[in-house]
Amino acid sequence: MIKGAIIGLGKMGISHAAIVGAHPDVDMVAVCDTSSLVLDAFKKFSAVRTYNNYKELIEKETLDFVLVATPTRFHYPIAKFALEKGLHVFCEKPFSLTTAEGEELTDIAQNKFLVNQVGYHNHFIGTFREMKRLLKTGVLGELVHFVGEAYGPVVTKEKGGTWRSKPEEGGGCLYDYASHVINLIQEIIGRPVKTSGSQLKNIYSNGVEDAVYGTLHLQNGISGILSVNWSDETYRKMSTILTVQGKNGKIICDATEIKIFLKEESKKEGLDKGWTIKYITDFAIPVKYYLRGEEYSAQIDQFIDSIKNKKPVENNSFEEGLYTDKVIEMIINDYKKQ
Amino acid sequence: MDKVLFGDNQFFAVNHASDEKARAQSIRFKEDTAIIKVIDQAITLGINTFMCTTHDRIGNLCNHIRENPENYRDFKIYPCMPYAHKYANAVTELGIMGTIKQYVPGNLFSTFAKGGFAFLSKDFIGLMELLIDAEMKMFKGINTPVIFIQNVLVDMILGLKMYDIFKEYDNYIRKKYNAEPGYITMNMPALLDALNGLGIENPIICSSINKIGFRMSGGIEIYEKYLKEKRFRPIAMQVLAAGALQPKEAIEYLSQFPKIESVLFGASSKAHIQETKDLIEQNLLQH
Repeated sequence: MIKGAIIGLGKMGISHAAIVGAHPDVDMVAVCDTSSLVLDAFKKFSAVRTYNNYKELIEKETLDFVLVATPTRFHYPIAKFALEKGLHVFCEKPFSLTTAEGEELTDIAQNKFLVNQVGYHNHFIGTFREMKRLLKTGVLGELVHFVGEAYGPVVTKEKGGTWRSKPEEGGGCLYDYASHVINLIQEIIGRPVKTSGSQLKNIYSNGVEDAVYGTLHLQNGISGILSVNWSDETYRKMSTILTVQGKNGKIICDATEIKIFLKEESKKEGLDKGWTIKYITDFAIPVKYYLRGEEYSAQIDQFIDSIKNKKPVENNSFEEGLYTDKVIEMIINDYKKQ
Repeated sequence: MDKVLFGDNQFFAVNHASDEKARAQSIRFKEDTAIIKVIDQAITLGINTFMCTTHDRIGNLCNHIRENPENYRDFKIYPCMPYAHKYANAVTELGIMGTIKQYVPGNLFSTFAKGGFAFLSKDFIGLMELLIDAEMKMFKGINTPVIFIQNVLVDMILGLKMYDIFKEYDNYIRKKYNAEPGYITMNMPALLDALNGLGIENPIICSSINKIGFRMSGGIEIYEKYLKEKRFRPIAMQVLAAGALQPKEAIEYLSQFPKIESVLFGASSKAHIQETKDLIEQNLLQH
C-alpha cells in the first residue's frame, strides 16, 4: 500500500481526502489542518490520525506522498518541506504565488525524481482530452483564433470574505478561476508568451478581481481571448468553454460536449462536413470511485500510478503548473502597466 | 414506492450532456408557474411522486401545494438534501465556518450562547440535525415518505469512511420525520457494503443504472452482480445515460433486474413524460 496524507482540509482537501481514502492502493494515514472543528470531525468519525502542524505530521508519519490543499500562499513552504524529506507531492492549483518559488519547487522535485502534480483537473475531462487529440491531428488546418472562457456564481453579493478576498494570498478570480482556463489553453492550444489588453475587474469583491479579460499571444503565433467571470449567476456552477477557430473549421468544447464544425469531411477522424456533436458519455474516463466528477478521481489515479511505476506524470507536472503561474504574472504586470 | 418517480433536473438547468441545453431549460422554467404546469401534467398522466432537491424554488412549489390541497391529495415528495451547489459556492467564498454561520437557522452563535446547541463540545450530530431541519422546513405539511441524502454528500462520507454519520442520519430520519431514509450515490456497490456493515439492511439506494455503464463507478459488471444478488431497494437514475440511449432500449435493459423498484426520470413535454412512464410500467416487473 502507498501511504499518503492530506494537508489542508477545505473544500478541495476534504474532497481529496475522500478520493484518496477510497483508493484501493492507498492507505490515507493522516490529515492536517488548523481548524479544530474539522480535525475533531475526523477524530470522531474516522480512523486517520490528525495533526495541526504539517511539519510534525511529515516527521512522525511514514509516508510516500502528501497532497497539499491549503490556501495558495502555504503551498511553497509545505511542498518544499515534503520534497526535501523525499516525498512525492500533489499540490492544488494555482501552484504558487511567485514564479521564483514555483521554479525552486520544480527543480527540487525534478532533481530528486519525485512524482509531482498540480490539480488542474480539467485535463482529466474526456471532452477536453478529445479536443487536444483532435487539434494535434491538424483537423482544423492552420489555427487562427481561440476563446477561453469560464463563468460561475462564486461571488454574487458585495461582502468581504476569507483568504480569497486577499490578492496577496492568491484569492480572486484570476488565481481561482482563470488559472484553469489559462492552463487548458497552454496545454491544448499553445503556451502564451505575451499578454495584452489585460483587464482585472472588481464587480462585488473588495480587494480582488471578480473578472479577467484580455488577449493571450501564443508561442505558435496565434492569439486569442481570455474571458473569465466568477460573479455570473446565469451559470449554476463553474462552466469552462474552449473555442478554437482554424482555416478548416472550428471546435467548441466544454465539460459535457464537444462540437466540431468542418468545412470538409475528415474520413480519418470519421467526422462529417458541417457539425458533429459528441458527448461526455463517449469520453468519460472510467473510475473506481466517483465524487463530483470523474476528473477528480482520474487525476489522483494518475498520481498514484506514477508513484507505483516510478515514472513522471503525463499531465499536470509542477512545470506545467509553474507555466500557468508565469502567465498569471504576465497578466498582472500587463494590467499594472496600463 | 411508485414505479415512476418524477425528477426535477430539467427545472433547474441540470443536464448531464449539454450545458447549452441546461441553459435553455433555465430560460423555459424561469417562472414557478412553468414548473407547476409540468408537474400538474405529470399528475394527470398518473405520476404521483416528485423527487426533488431542496432548491430554494421548491419552497414556492410547496406553498402552491399547501394552498391547493384538493389538487395534490395523493401527491408525495421525496426530498433530496442538500442542494449541494448552494453550499459548495458558499464554502469557496466564505470557508467552512462562514458557510455554517450562513446556513444554520437563526444566529448560530446566539444559539450556542443560549446553550441550546453544544457547539463547543463539537456536537456534529446535533449540527447535522439542525441542517436537516433547516432543509426540511419547506416541506411542512407535505407527505414526504422517503428522504434522501444527495450523492455528493453520501459519496464523500463513503470515501472518508465516516460511516457512523449514515447511521445517525438513518436514525434521525426515521425518528423525527417518520420517513424512510434513502441514499443517492455514484458508488452503489461500495455504499451497499458500507450500509450493510453498519447493520442497515435493505436500504433504498438510488444510483445510475444504464446499459453503457455511464456513472456506474467500479464498472457495470459489479453493479449487475449486486442488482441480481444483494438485498436492497434499488431506484434507477440516469437510465438514458444523459441522452446517449434511446428510451426504449434504455428501459428494456432494466427489465432483467426485477429488484429495481422505481425509475427516476425528468422530462418537460407531455409526450415524453407519457412515453417514458409507459415504458417503465411495461418493463418494471415489481408490484
